[in-house]
Amino acid sequence: MQIEHALRAVNKGGTALGIKASNGVVIVTEKKLPTPLIDESSIEKISVITETIGMVYAGVGPDFRLILRKARRQAELYKLRYHEPIPVSQCAREIANIMQEYTQSGGVRPFGISLLVAGYDHNGPQLYQVDPSGSFWAWKASSIGKNSDNAKTFLEKRYSDSISLEDAINTAILTLKEGFEGEMDENNIEIGIVDENKKFKCLKPSEIADYLNEIGD
Amino acid sequence: MSIYEYNGSALIAMAGKECVAIASDTRFGVRNQTVWREAQKIFQINNKTFLGLGGLNTDIWTLKETFRFHHNLYALREERDMSPKVFANLVSHVLYSHRFGPYFVSPIVCGLDDDNVPFLCGTDEIGAQEITHDFIATGTAVESLMGVCETFYKENLEPEDLFETISQCLLAGVDRDCLSGWGAVVHVLTKDGITTRKLKMRQD
Repeated sequence: MQIEHALRAVNKGGTALGIKASNGVVIVTEKKLPTPLIDESSIEKISVITETIGMVYAGVGPDFRLILRKARRQAELYKLRYHEPIPVSQCAREIANIMQEYTQSGGVRPFGISLLVAGYDHNGPQLYQVDPSGSFWAWKASSIGKNSDNAKTFLEKRYSDSISLEDAINTAILTLKEGFEGEMDENNIEIGIVDENKKFKCLKPSEIADYLNEIGD
Repeated sequence: MSIYEYNGSALIAMAGKECVAIASDTRFGVRNQTVWREAQKIFQINNKTFLGLGGLNTDIWTLKETFRFHHNLYALREERDMSPKVFANLVSHVLYSHRFGPYFVSPIVCGLDDDNVPFLCGTDEIGAQEITHDFIATGTAVESLMGVCETFYKENLEPEDLFETISQCLLAGVDRDCLSGWGAVVHVLTKDGITTRKLKMRQD
């Protein structure tokens, strides 16, 4: 079935993982480029959907761009109607609806991406995973892409409900490091966080470098 | 004659201390002829939100069903009720989507938010909001209603006192309007629940 191909594309994609902490959510991903000649600062794997929600993908890059555009559209439509930011669960549902449609419509193929959607709303911090089939779940911590099984096992051992956002960021980096090929630095990973301020933001390379130094080698 | 004066209506909403009240007359008329004395113009949207609709009766019922539909879908989808504020925004959105062929209504939304703070909002027929913290009135009797409200209203009234105030305002207000009256209903919404009372009044 086409979805199996989609899932295979996802599992070939760069690892991405997310952890829901007691006071926020972190998502991280590796940003491996085929050649060192590409300007890595121009590539963005973690994107903002609305002020309060961001997401990361594993799989086919161009498919993600389309989903991102559609997700932003749905989020803005929600805001237009209710004058309130879309809750993370609703955002994940809207994205899942779109992805489901592409498993059933004629003349299209399913999206070759899985997503981790992170945000903060009236229910507190939230982390959702959306798959090409249109299934979606809320997670405490999850990973997608290459090596995601190993990363999940690692997260299972490390996770606790009371973990703080700062600790979660460090755990996320450590987990990513486990299956990382080559030397990890501030330019070949991306980190997105959202805390009680309900503002999702992508960390700058300089900020990522601080976390990497903290962990040491 | 304005289409807003075809059936006649009088509505008030008032804020008290951790409570709100909404009252309306129950006349349904066709111009100067009264047809029915038990018309409903206030609709409960959820446990903490009321919608009052003045204006053309047929549009009142169409819109009431439309808003109920949107609210119920939202409640099923999000597994929570709309807050009064979000509901008011929905009202604005729906009304403005008929910008160039509007429903002939003047809605009032009132309720208590999550912290039991009163929320009052009125809009015009195309959804322009007017959020107040004390009282708001609408309908054919709006001028006289606003007058008595300005005179009698006090801040932070307890539910029973709020009921008395809003009732007297409505009764006095509709006496100066020949298109509304003929019975009245008052709902008082507190954090503990809702009390609904029908008022005995002049039937002329």
